[in-house]
Amino acid sequence: MVSTLLTALRVSAVTLALTGVLYPLAVTGVAQVLFPHEANGSLVKDDQGRVVGSELIAQGFTQAGYFQPRPSAAGAGWDATASGGSNLGPTSRKLQDRAVAEADRLRRENPEAEGPVPAELVTASASGLDPQVSPEAALWQVPRVARARGVDPARVRALVLSRVEGRTFGVLGEPRVNVLTLNLAMDRQFGGPAPTASR
Amino acid sequence: MTLVGWSQLLLFFALVLVLTKPVGTYLFRVFESGTPPLPRVLGPVERVLLRLCGVNREQEQTWGQYTASLLAFSLFSVLGVYALQRLQHVLPFNPQGLPAVGPELAFNTAASFTSNTNWQSYGGESTMSYATQMWGLTWQNFASAAAGLGVALALARGLTRRAGPEGRETLGSFWVDLVRGTLYVFLPLSFVVALFFVSQGVLQNLAPYHGVSTLEGAKQTLAFGPVASQEAIKMLGTNGGGFFNANSAHPFENPTPLTNLVQLLLIFVLPAGLTYTYGKMTGDTKQGWALFAAMSILFLVGAAASYAAEAQPNPALASASVAQAGNLEGKETRFGVAASALFATVTTDASCGAVNSMHDSFTALGGLVPLVNMQLGEVIFGGVGAGLYGILVMAVLAVFIAGLMVGRTPEFLGKKIEAREMKLAMLYVLIFPLVILGLSAVGAVTPQGTSSLNNAGPHGLSEILYAFTSGVANNGSAFAGLNANTPFWNIGLGLAMLAGRFLMMVPVLALAGSLVGKKAVAPGPGTFPTEGALFTGLLVSVVVIVGALTFFPVLSLGPIVEHFLGAAGKVY
Repeated sequence: MVSTLLTALRVSAVTLALTGVLYPLAVTGVAQVLFPHEANGSLVKDDQGRVVGSELIAQGFTQAGYFQPRPSAAGAGWDATASGGSNLGPTSRKLQDRAVAEADRLRRENPEAEGPVPAELVTASASGLDPQVSPEAALWQVPRVARARGVDPARVRALVLSRVEGRTFGVLGEPRVNVLTLNLAMDRQFGGPAPTASR
Repeated sequence: MTLVGWSQLLLFFALVLVLTKPVGTYLFRVFESGTPPLPRVLGPVERVLLRLCGVNREQEQTWGQYTASLLAFSLFSVLGVYALQRLQHVLPFNPQGLPAVGPELAFNTAASFTSNTNWQSYGGESTMSYATQMWGLTWQNFASAAAGLGVALALARGLTRRAGPEGRETLGSFWVDLVRGTLYVFLPLSFVVALFFVSQGVLQNLAPYHGVSTLEGAKQTLAFGPVASQEAIKMLGTNGGGFFNANSAHPFENPTPLTNLVQLLLIFVLPAGLTYTYGKMTGDTKQGWALFAAMSILFLVGAAASYAAEAQPNPALASASVAQAGNLEGKETRFGVAASALFATVTTDASCGAVNSMHDSFTALGGLVPLVNMQLGEVIFGGVGAGLYGILVMAVLAVFIAGLMVGRTPEFLGKKIEAREMKLAMLYVLIFPLVILGLSAVGAVTPQGTSSLNNAGPHGLSEILYAFTSGVANNGSAFAGLNANTPFWNIGLGLAMLAGRFLMMVPVLALAGSLVGKKAVAPGPGTFPTEGALFTGLLVSVVVIVGALTFFPVLSLGPIVEHFLGAAGKVY
């Protein structure tokens, strides 16, 4: 019995050193050399070289001249230290009320938009940090963004379409547009938007 | 539902099918051939590790010694992970200065990671220091998976070893299995996969959280950490505990549809390969393919049902007049409905418990699939090791039932299944629902249980049932609206996870010990063959009937009634 416990203690120490200490440090070392950009958060910069966030992490946008991401249940919204979904069930009244309120807001802010509001713009993502929206959800917002910036909607639409990422190998995942890098591309092509809050 | 959505499911299954034989062959070489692969490179490492551990490679163990070693190792695992959390405020690698974890939560987490469950009552980025994540959680991601693998090998050896003239009574060595699994299987694969994950955008650093000023000038803090190294073994070891609260839905854990596919494959690859390993151990690979076929049937039915359910719009959102392309609450855009439904099925088939979407927000029937997958006993590929020993216990049951039908003493691989074996198998089968339903009943009628609910109506009962099912099944996924970070839930679920792991492993090892000494008899005309379609069909029926009879009543009060009320437009 005592010898079994002693062996267990030694095996615990050896496996801990190997898998808990050496392994993660080795992966960190190699990753920092091979993929420093990705290992350190895929940060993106604006034209002035200022870091404005991570390509992989959604951030809130309120100005009419920027495309908006999906609603976020992470912290108070897009809190990258408190990821998570709403976890509201399919028969939740809170879910219904939030969807109705968000849909009303979107219709108010986007009077020229064509067709019904895409549901993903009123549903919270799983992480609360979903960096992308579907091409449909981005295109739906084009009339508002174009009007706020005083540019031709056709040019904005063309920019959105040029930034669509397709399915991997034509099969995996869904087509999508990264909201932050789309907004950066908008600024690059059309200049910064007039700072008018839309809500 | 779309053609592309269905093709993702079929592509995934085809890849699992292709990988099963090579992976199974590799595992056989590592554990059963006597000469593990790469003897020049890894052989010396293995010898050094075993010497450091004080283990003699040639010394095999009886079932009692194997069990004692497993329990002693698990005891130090629980104590180690507990101590690390309680002391993380004074340990290094804590750039955020996170405080010590409270005692109930630390117990829950220690039980959770040691039992290969990885239930998380906490959000990783706001609770655990990098030291706790690496030294405690990553360590147990490896160790608990290797221990589960060992128990499965022990049962397979019990079934397949032929007693010599002196009567062989040993099942291998727990210590050697543990070290070999870690060295030859988990470490090299995890290292490669972790680097692939980083190349796709998964974090791997030890830096403090990073503050940025967003495009509109707001402040945002990005949580950092050594994520990829944990992510790889989280999937490969069917552990499932996320570095971050959002788990594999977090873009820093699972950034692209390609990483998502790799994560799915990592969950199934070892459990599927083990069926082939088992076949090779019996000397007839058809024995293994029969188990693989039974698992595949149950997997495909679940995956199809889950996708069909999640592709439906949510009736509760009809009043918002939005265009619904399926049920999108709690799902990520890059994965969409199809890859989310597939992930939910795979992760609950295989006692992994990682999530790339929030199961709590699934449609009622979409949420029923993960719940049923777990309640069938985690035998649909199952956890690393746990899946194989689970399905073998069900196979013993199936052989017994077939024996009753033809009126002969049942035998399995030539070994007679007698009263002692059936008692142990039934113990295994009964502990599972007893703990789940007993604790769920307590949770449903006490204020300590119900005050943690995030949803009202039948969905609230589903949250309670899901939590205890996930705990006892050692899955670890959640209807995550439930606030489990309370003394009642932390202690209750902690005990549930330990029961689901060790109260079930001990009968399995006792069964192995009981079988290993038996003389094998040659198959006769009354022998029920344990390969082929007839056996696969019987095995599927036994799994479904045992699970369905036990859990149907409570399921009808949770997700099933919620489905009908929701379709009628009712909300709570």
